[in-house]
Amino acid sequence: MSVAVEVHDVTVAYHRKPVLWDIDTSLPERRLIAIVGPNGAGKSTLLKAILGLVPLASGEITVLGRTISQARRLIGYVPQRESVDWDFPVDALDVVLMGRYGKLGWIRRPGRSDRAAAMKCLEQVGMSDFSHRQISQLSGGQQQRVFLARALAQDAQLYFMDEPFAGVDAATETAIVEVLRALQRDGRTVVAVHHDLQSVPEYFDHVVLLNMRLVAAGPVSSTFTSANLQKTYGGRLTLLEEAAEAIGRGGSARR
Amino acid sequence: MFDELLRLLTLQDANTRTVLLGATALGIASAVVGSFAVLRRRALVGDAVSHAALPGLCLAYLVIGDRNFAAFLAGALVMGVGAAAFIALVKAWTRVKEDAAIALVIGGFFGLGIVLSRSIQNEPSGNRAGLDGFIFGKAASMVASDAALIGAIGAGVIACVALLFKEFRVLCFDRDFASSQGWPSLLLDLLLMTLVCVCTVAGLPAVGVVLMVSLLVIPPAAARFWTNRLGTMVCLAGAFGGAAGALGTGLSATLPAPASALTRGWPTGPLITLVAAAIFVISLLAAPKRGVAADLVRRWTLRRRVARQNLLRRVYEALEPRGDFAAVWTQESIPHSSRALRSALRAGLVERTETGFRLSATGRAAAARVVRAHRLWEIYLITQAQIAPDHVDRDADQIEHVLPPETLATLEAKLAEEGRLPAGVPRSPHRIGAPVEAGALRP
Repeated sequence: MSVAVEVHDVTVAYHRKPVLWDIDTSLPERRLIAIVGPNGAGKSTLLKAILGLVPLASGEITVLGRTISQARRLIGYVPQRESVDWDFPVDALDVVLMGRYGKLGWIRRPGRSDRAAAMKCLEQVGMSDFSHRQISQLSGGQQQRVFLARALAQDAQLYFMDEPFAGVDAATETAIVEVLRALQRDGRTVVAVHHDLQSVPEYFDHVVLLNMRLVAAGPVSSTFTSANLQKTYGGRLTLLEEAAEAIGRGGSARR
Repeated sequence: MFDELLRLLTLQDANTRTVLLGATALGIASAVVGSFAVLRRRALVGDAVSHAALPGLCLAYLVIGDRNFAAFLAGALVMGVGAAAFIALVKAWTRVKEDAAIALVIGGFFGLGIVLSRSIQNEPSGNRAGLDGFIFGKAASMVASDAALIGAIGAGVIACVALLFKEFRVLCFDRDFASSQGWPSLLLDLLLMTLVCVCTVAGLPAVGVVLMVSLLVIPPAAARFWTNRLGTMVCLAGAFGGAAGALGTGLSATLPAPASALTRGWPTGPLITLVAAAIFVISLLAAPKRGVAADLVRRWTLRRRVARQNLLRRVYEALEPRGDFAAVWTQESIPHSSRALRSALRAGLVERTETGFRLSATGRAAAARVVRAHRLWEIYLITQAQIAPDHVDRDADQIEHVLPPETLATLEAKLAEEGRLPAGVPRSPHRIGAPVEAGALRP
């Protein structure tokens, strides 16, 4: 089984305050992988660290056996839906076309084949009827599906999704799950931040339990146990939080 | 005066032609770049840049010792970029928020600029610098080569945006996604800010440091009312900006000068800004989809529809015990607002008879539809949301007017799944009487 993402001894800090401590894990290829943990556990931060969007305080990460900047063309990303301004003057198709920008490179504009590909991706998430809808006129679930279609348009080997199921309707949830399974059948890997514990065993086959540090990681069947969940959600490591606060204030040594 | 303005705008006068062309090019370029700055929420950085340019102009004069347009631009650009960098650094390294950093830069640099320019003007040769013209703009002091330079800068800026349209689009919409795709977001951000700086600085002679930001912000904001597409918005903003530049400059050249000799004619900056603001107000009011007028019409239409539907439901429920929905009724037998009745008569939902009124065939169908939606929603609230039957009527009262067909279909499916979906119009789950009166006829 080859490795999609190798995270080695990674610590991430915002304004010097650590939010992830010494994360060390490897994510297998061709799996649907959930990153699970309570609020403020650093789930999104781990995703952003892998994507190279936040600097590492220490440690290193390889993606598909290379550095992230060499792997850009092989990865797709679905950010949190709330991270963008949905009143931006673009329609659904425009957003999906952005998924093709990476392969187009500088200056070249998307052409007919890109539009056809983007339409196909919209179809795959059941949104082809809304291609010319301004994005603010879409429901939350529809917006999420547009984001997913944009990632599909990236035609990536490895997908990173930040809470793809957050605040979506039942129809969207079904559509997303179907897309995830299709991706897996095609031999691709999906790493998703996930907040709904109940659906983890149903949707995913590998899980990373996170609460500022790595609690456990492995196949859902053996790792997603109540003992591990208790460790993730139950006993908050107040000492770790206090230390992080102290470093943030500059009270402790380290930088 | 209008003849004069017309003569000016049709470019018959060689002298003002250059000035006018320069101001137009500036208006277009600023609005085009400003569109992205506004969408990226960096509009106020433009304001800081233009205010910071004033000390730059003064320093350029002190170094060169004469009025040289290119040197002025260079000095202003250096200070402007410095101000933008200062804001970015303060934001990154301290806990000062961006808006506070911008205010700091505007105040500090502008104060410095005023002090420097006064000390220059106190010197014997100082008046030649014409630094006062840069505060509110004085397009008339432009010479042909200045205008040509502004035109060239504008063309360069527009070409840059046209080439990098796709990159700027993804940067402004979703910076993290752009980075994940490998676009150098920081570099693109810097480039965008540099373009803002260049436009701002080029605009100083015509618009002045105080009001330059309005040329970056107002035309895009106005254009946004008319379209939901970025390309159209940028082009429209350019057109608005160009029009504001041309008209404002034209007005400043043709308006009769104020009596006081001190003011030496009208400053162009405020006039350009006023024209831009007028375009904005027109857009705000008249734009077909996002405008205020269109919104009022939409709301008014909805209110009338709600009033009509409430009337239909009331009539339906009053006639329900008799089972004859085509029966004739009067204002006395079923109280209702005459406004709603007039509207229903016009819509053909209600017919006038000799003794009173009657639901037409379409009216009966519409009434059945409304009542059905209302009661399905009530059943849903009672069975799914555990709301007490005597409360549901009020909760369902407004909803049925706005329920989209898809939601209604889902609702029916849900009730059918539980075997609770009645055929036709279901019976009311509560006693029809006082609670209905409460909110039903409020138009």
